[in-house]
Amino acid sequence: MNVAANIDHETLARTLPLDQFDPGNPKLFQDDVWMPYFARLRQEDPVHYCKESRFGPYWSVTKYKDIMTVETSHTTYSSESALGGISIVDRPVEFRRPSFISMDPPKHDEHRKVVQPIVAPGNLAKLEQIIRERTCSVLDSLPRNETFNWVDLVSIELTTRMLATLFDFPFEDRRKLTYWSDVATADVNAGGPINSEEKRTEVLQECLQYFTRLWEERANAAPGSDLVSMLAHGPATRNLSPKEFLGTLTLLIVGGNDTTRNSMSAGLWFLHQNPAEFAKLRENPALVDTMVPEIIRYHTPLSHMRRTAVQDAELNGKTIRKGDKVVMWYISGNRDADAIENPDTFIIDRKRPRQHLSFGFGLHRCVGNRLAELQLRILWEEILKRFERIEVMGPPQRIYSAFVHGISELPVRIPG
Amino acid sequence: MPKIKLIEHDGTEHEIDGEVGKSLMRNAVDNNVPGIDADCGGECACATCHVFVDDEWLPRTGAPSEEETRLLGFAATLQPNSRLSCQILLDETLNGLVVRLPEAQH
Ligand code: HEM
Repeated sequence: MNVAANIDHETLARTLPLDQFDPGNPKLFQDDVWMPYFARLRQEDPVHYCKESRFGPYWSVTKYKDIMTVETSHTTYSSESALGGISIVDRPVEFRRPSFISMDPPKHDEHRKVVQPIVAPGNLAKLEQIIRERTCSVLDSLPRNETFNWVDLVSIELTTRMLATLFDFPFEDRRKLTYWSDVATADVNAGGPINSEEKRTEVLQECLQYFTRLWEERANAAPGSDLVSMLAHGPATRNLSPKEFLGTLTLLIVGGNDTTRNSMSAGLWFLHQNPAEFAKLRENPALVDTMVPEIIRYHTPLSHMRRTAVQDAELNGKTIRKGDKVVMWYISGNRDADAIENPDTFIIDRKRPRQHLSFGFGLHRCVGNRLAELQLRILWEEILKRFERIEVMGPPQRIYSAFVHGISELPVRIPG
Repeated sequence: MPKIKLIEHDGTEHEIDGEVGKSLMRNAVDNNVPGIDADCGGECACATCHVFVDDEWLPRTGAPSEEETRLLGFAATLQPNSRLSCQILLDETLNGLVVRLPEAQH
């Protein structure tokens, strides 16, 4: 599917023969024109096969219910990195970095249990205090009466500080975390500095070295409550190979970074586009609680997760063969009118706002879901206390990726 | 109609008239009992309808499936009497059932 810049996507999406659909084309997300293509697939070919693409052949699962089926059938649909892992891109074998998101039971379960305590209710309560202090200091230092990039000064800064806290990472070096996260997920065709797997590996070696140092420090100290210490002392993780250690680190860095960051940017954009919802929120700040999951649904920070079939299976009338690549398009399932009322509308007081696919479901369901919500809730509570107006000066710039649904720039101005 | 008591973490009690044939989770949500999130809507695909079943009731609520056990295994607040309430189907034998809610669902 070749997508030119000034094309009428509504028409193209309606008329293009289905066998030419390649919904994994990252340009569709960068140009924010993915919606009509997925709407057509949900309507006419909900489990769609693309025979040929940059990513090879793949299935697209686009309806909420079918995605739930794939998520909960892990004995049919595997996450195993040796089979290709969890994204539409098949990294060459030597460049794969296994971590528990790309493992099946029983190994997955053992590794996951090691990091789970970081999000235990008691720990979240402790983190709330720190997050609020850091959020306040970031918001209080924002420039007034001049245009700045919200992504950089708010979304990146806050999520990076959060990550530094979770890892107990040297605070002054915290932007390294952001950099490594971006490097780990960059699409090599995006035209950026990471244009090959070799380059990516080179940079991530630095990440590994830095963390290996922290690991040694923490392994030799008494067990602490940060993630590095948990991994260094956890029975299932203390003997990780360097490759697995790097895989687990990048999982935790990317997991907690990009996704929350992009929700922080997207939320402001959605409120700007929906002034009536913004007014509702100003009138009743308690709606932050239901708005946060709605932002996460409406944006869908990770557009998809991928599985590989390890046996033949039927899915909504189609026969999936052993070895096939199966892409679950959360971004589409979250707009499925059979599962969510008025799915294309941003509504901050939905009755069941957490019924969405953005965190996945089943045994890989996001570890950090309540932590991410906590960060966003605090951000919006503190914004409402401080700023009467935030003027959005232009549309967001989006990144070239079919995986991370990312916003790189959002120009804003705060009067006063 | 079996009577069910759900006790929040802070001690607040909710007594509801349960509807037979529906899950405990669905009954709680339909009666607006706070503290049961049920993000997945009853598919045994998250662990946000976690409850602790009072010991005397455990034989009657039955044993969790392999998948339920796996999901419960990820809960920070796991106890031997933990269950996902979407996997407990109400019937008359559960009249008087008492369950307690964890500090938070995640
Ligand atoms: C809005 C923010 C976030 C979104 C949208 C998000 C989304 C996701 C998704 C879609 C999955 C995979 C689910 C599946 O395969 O079924 C996942 C897994 C994961 N996430 Fe998040 N995430 C977010 C924030 C976080 C945070 C803050 C952390 C840090 C603690 C985190 C850590 C993880 C981990 C460790 C996994 C792997 C779980 C497993 O395989 O068992 N995420 N996340």
